[in-house]
Amino acid sequence: MSGRDGSIQQEKRMQQIINFILRNKTTLLYLFLLTLGMAMSIKSHSYHQSRFLNSANWLSGSIYKTQSDITGYFGLREENDRLVEENTRLKKLLYNSADLTVAGAATDSFPYQVIPARIIKNSYALRNNYITLNKGTTNGVKQDMGVVTSMGVLGIVEYTTDRFSAVQSLLNTRSNINAKIKNTNNFGSLTWNTDRYDVVQLEDIPRIVPLNIGDTIVTGAMSSIFPENIPIGTIQRIDLENSDSFYEIDVALFNDMTNLKNVYIISNRNSEEIRLLEEKINDDQ
Amino acid sequence: MTNNLYLQNGLRFLLLVLAQVLIFNRLNFLGFINPMVYILFLYWYPIKQRRSVFIIICFILGLAIDVFSDTLAFHAVACATMAFFRPTIMRFVFGVNYEFQSFKLSNTTRAQQIAFLTFLILGHHTIFFLLEIFSLSHLLLLLKKIVFTGLGTLVLGILMITLFSAEKE
Repeated sequence: MSGRDGSIQQEKRMQQIINFILRNKTTLLYLFLLTLGMAMSIKSHSYHQSRFLNSANWLSGSIYKTQSDITGYFGLREENDRLVEENTRLKKLLYNSADLTVAGAATDSFPYQVIPARIIKNSYALRNNYITLNKGTTNGVKQDMGVVTSMGVLGIVEYTTDRFSAVQSLLNTRSNINAKIKNTNNFGSLTWNTDRYDVVQLEDIPRIVPLNIGDTIVTGAMSSIFPENIPIGTIQRIDLENSDSFYEIDVALFNDMTNLKNVYIISNRNSEEIRLLEEKINDDQ
Repeated sequence: MTNNLYLQNGLRFLLLVLAQVLIFNRLNFLGFINPMVYILFLYWYPIKQRRSVFIIICFILGLAIDVFSDTLAFHAVACATMAFFRPTIMRFVFGVNYEFQSFKLSNTTRAQQIAFLTFLILGHHTIFFLLEIFSLSHLLLLLKKIVFTGLGTLVLGILMITLFSAEKE
């Protein structure tokens, strides 16, 4: 008798729960979606983004590529001028180098290889900006390759699909690139404080280093991503309080981040080996 | 009639996403103002439809924008939240009239329509930029972004509403 009472009571309770869910189903649905969205946002605040939520997927990649194919014709002349200028500079370097035979040398054996690519989507108004390129794994692009333009450093490849890749721009709060003062070995790390899209920050330069406004900042040798001495920008402002042991430096970028089209992806043959070596050191510790 | 409704909203969805990612995300007016006009979907979506479906559609709409602009799920959260609170905002702006079966957005006054849109934009932008900046230590930056981007969205939104409602009359 009491068993049946219990089951009836249980049924009633179930009924109440179901009623509650039915009554508040919109709220519950909203809370569910909210949690889902927050999970996607917060989980991805860690180093690598979740796989599908980036513009390098085939759908947005194709749409951006179509747009870029159409609008690419505007500004062709400007882009041509820029490339000719770069070619001129490279030719000058080549003709003034001691060994002219490098022109005909087989470049495949060099440690650094270069893949040309075109930007199909750029952004610089957010805090974490990504750039989408029209080259992907089928063209040999891999994660953690460096991306530069004829003017200087642009970012690091973060995600690749078959035909596209997403690049973490210098203008990204998660960006951290090894940089140094030109012609010295004083290096620091390049970050962005999100204030201006043409200025980034150089940190961890000790105060004993003599600095001048206008000094050139280039990539350092501490990274296996970029070759050494790729230009980044010039020092625009130096801040040093009496109590500080490190400078706060604003660097004006050589690149106009708002107007970019052709880029080069740099792959380092030795990067894998360097990475394994560094992992070994970390394991030993 | 129902088919027409699906078609109209589906088409609106697609066109707004494309307009947002291909045109408005590239505006960068004054360096940072990218109006989020896709929020007009929430303004135009029919009132008497099922709420749960509306919230899900808005979440997907936001997610679609997110995928294109590399913003994780910020748009999705902001959009779903505004979809959830839309009836509250409408009741606040339009008063008791909103409850009637015969209520139509086109029958309300201009001021009411603009107020409705302003509340949608304000709520949406606040949530979006809170998530994007993810800290209250940049309060000034947050306010700057909300106010100026909001104004941009509002101006373009009113223009688009005027432009696309004229043909219905």
